[in-house]
Amino acid sequence: MTTAELSSTQADKVVDARGTSCPGPILAAKKGIVDVKVGGIMAVLATDGGTKKDLPAWAKKTGHDFLGVIEEQGYFKLFVRRAK
Amino acid sequence: MESTKKTIIVFSGDLDKALAAFIIANGAAAMGDEVTMFFTFWGLNILRRQDAPSHQKGFLQGMFGGMMPRGSTRLGLSKMNFGGMGAGMMRKVMRQEHVASLEELIQIARDQGVKMIACTMSMDVLGFREDELIDGLEFAGVATYLGEADEANVNLFI
Repeated sequence: MTTAELSSTQADKVVDARGTSCPGPILAAKKGIVDVKVGGIMAVLATDGGTKKDLPAWAKKTGHDFLGVIEEQGYFKLFVRRAK
Repeated sequence: MESTKKTIIVFSGDLDKALAAFIIANGAAAMGDEVTMFFTFWGLNILRRQDAPSHQKGFLQGMFGGMMPRGSTRLGLSKMNFGGMGAGMMRKVMRQEHVASLEELIQIARDQGVKMIACTMSMDVLGFREDELIDGLEFAGVATYLGEADEANVNLFI
């Protein structure tokens, strides 16, 4: 998805992992995804730069769709669609 | 991708290596993998309780118990430890950088269902009884570990 599309995407759940370091953001994603219905979208907020690579890897492994990342003021917002 | 299994042998009792082991274990568990950690030799020190009951032990085993770090908070660094000062500085920097402490990582690993096995042979050698180690462990030997490793696609020795 493009940055513009992501910016206007409404997440069904927002998981705030800002301030945590590896593996905090993917732990937060694992906890958060169960609260999202299949087809729903979860946004993960993170300050740890490695998350931009780690969350797509987590999504691929756990069978969800990584939609993309947008950079906000001082943090990243990463989008995942629950696929199963 | 299918969920798979990871096994980690924790041989070292160094703070930095224990951190690496638990970060990998927690990361794998967060990615949906089954994780087994097998603690042997110096790695058992990570699992020692601070408030362990005292036991009558042989001279050498008593020495081992007294001289080795009693639990995760007492571990030193594998490099630049400087008699424990290095470990203290490492913990301070990690707090500043919002990295989870070893104690938090151990708790998260338990919450995620990471299986932790203490090597009974090493326990005999170093003179540790089951009640001197933290709760929630399994006690087994090399065959159990090998059985788990057979089912795993990643096996680390730390």
